[in-house]
Amino acid sequence: MSSLLITLLRRLLLAFGLVLAVLAVNFTLIHAAPGDPALVIAGEMGGADEAAMAAIRKNYGLDKPLPEQFITYLGRSLRGDLGTSYTYNRPVSSLILDRLGPTILLVLTALIGAICLGTLMGVLASRRPDSLFSGVVTVFSLVGYAMPVFWTGILLVILFGKVWPIMPIAGMRDVRLMGAGAWVNAMDVLHHLVLPAVTLGLIYLAQYSRLARASMLEVLGSDYIRTARAKGLADGTITFKHALRNAMMPLVTIAGLQFGNLISGAVLVETVFSWPGLGTLALDAILGRDYPSLLGVLTFSAILVIVANLLTDLSYRWIDPRLRTR
Amino acid sequence: MAANISSLSPATEALSPWREAWRVFRANKAAMLGLAILSVIIGVMVLGPSIYGVAPFDIVSAPFTPPFTQPSAWLGTDYLGRDVLAGVLVGGRATVLVGLAAATLAVTIGVSIGALAGFFGGWVDSALSRVTELFQVLPALLFAMVLVTLFTPSLTVVVFAIGVVAWTGTARLARAEFMRLRHLEYANAARAMGAGPLRLMLREILPNALPPLIVSATLIVGSAILFEAGLSFLGLSDANVMSWGLMIGSNRRNILECWWAVTFPGAAIFLTVLAVSLIGDGLNDAFNPKLHLR
Repeated sequence: MSSLLITLLRRLLLAFGLVLAVLAVNFTLIHAAPGDPALVIAGEMGGADEAAMAAIRKNYGLDKPLPEQFITYLGRSLRGDLGTSYTYNRPVSSLILDRLGPTILLVLTALIGAICLGTLMGVLASRRPDSLFSGVVTVFSLVGYAMPVFWTGILLVILFGKVWPIMPIAGMRDVRLMGAGAWVNAMDVLHHLVLPAVTLGLIYLAQYSRLARASMLEVLGSDYIRTARAKGLADGTITFKHALRNAMMPLVTIAGLQFGNLISGAVLVETVFSWPGLGTLALDAILGRDYPSLLGVLTFSAILVIVANLLTDLSYRWIDPRLRTR
Repeated sequence: MAANISSLSPATEALSPWREAWRVFRANKAAMLGLAILSVIIGVMVLGPSIYGVAPFDIVSAPFTPPFTQPSAWLGTDYLGRDVLAGVLVGGRATVLVGLAAATLAVTIGVSIGALAGFFGGWVDSALSRVTELFQVLPALLFAMVLVTLFTPSLTVVVFAIGVVAWTGTARLARAEFMRLRHLEYANAARAMGAGPLRLMLREILPNALPPLIVSATLIVGSAILFEAGLSFLGLSDANVMSWGLMIGSNRRNILECWWAVTFPGAAIFLTVLAVSLIGDGLNDAFNPKLHLR
């Protein structure tokens, strides 16, 4: 118990350090970029004279020495104050909280779907490595990886927008259903979620099915599996109960490592399907030169990745009992 | 000395590891297919535009001309009436060049950081590992988007942005390899003979760490190409240079009217990345004799 507590504390401390480092990177970026931040702000406000510029500098603390500005920036960010959006004139943190839900919904649906289906495909393929199905899984994983995610999305939009219009191809909700009950709304969101989640999930499905196949093949060749077979255990029990548990470790590792890529993919998928998440917020921020929102999204998604990594670490203990005693 | 040993074993011809790897690679049909596809794509990219001779930004015909209907615009025209075929032929240059340059940068950063961390261990390792972790938690595409926005979107900035976000995997791999190799007997022998750290790293350890690093570099080329395509799709690359991603991005609002303007450049990206990853897989099998027993 105490060892778990110490590990947990250590992990949390490291995670906190990473958050600080991310903030430091952001701060460096703002100040390394060409151009005076005050000029940028004045530009977004529609121009300013010298007096107004001085006011802006004072207001944003830009007249203070850099280290002091950095400390102020850290303190504010840690209290959840990520600045004010230039375009929306709202606190960035509230803007992000509005968009966080849709992104998490999209990313988790894609991730969980890809892991479950990918593992299943990999397991089935590993049982007969020379079968047709196994070959199909291999080809599928190559194709799925090489398709640019935004292109997959666009092909699906063309398919379901033009040829076979049974799926909504943009947005998260149907405006005509806004007044309806909670159940209707939930089903509406799910209906809109199908295509974006499938698009984003496909790349990861490709990777996990391949990884699961390789990992299972390795585990199925080990001695304890032969022992289990010699004991006369049923094939299904061996595959799903004995082998899968050990084959899961690399899958979980990769899933944790790739959470950042998943968010990157979500940016592109959200753009294609006009999904109202962090990705579209970031792109809007870029078009509007709204730096606080842009950096806020970067900070927030980095925190999401850090949390995902923490959860991955913890799930190792759940999957592999040997780690619990350490 | 070397001559004596080789004269002692005349029965089997000794192949150098590299030639052995090439032999395995050549026998791999998928990998050779990848090599063939990539050669064709590079050939078309280099020669195609000068043979076809239509500029990709020129308006050649009515907008939304479907493909295979007009001999002057064989793959149709986009929403502005620009020739899709001309774009597909030229668009690979930026995509592939940026992908290659960014991958080179990423591999250089990754191998340097991983090598230093793995070779020296101790506090150097902890410090560099923390840096690697930091870059791992920054979502790569978002970080690249921020870099490109804060600085001007030129091809150089795009190369830099992709290179700076794509190196962490290579660094982890290089670190593990250097850690494994630095205490092997031959490395200790070289150390005993007075080799300094730089010589040990570059002349003794790096050559033996190369095979997995080459495989990872190939895979990075593939993802760097996808990255460049993604950035130009979002309109965050140089707007004056035609690329496959830019073609898809600029026609995004009109995909229901001209599917061909997004389908063909997308297929080109897909084929290029597919070819590169087939080659990567082939190299992986060729360098890991253990794997192709499966």
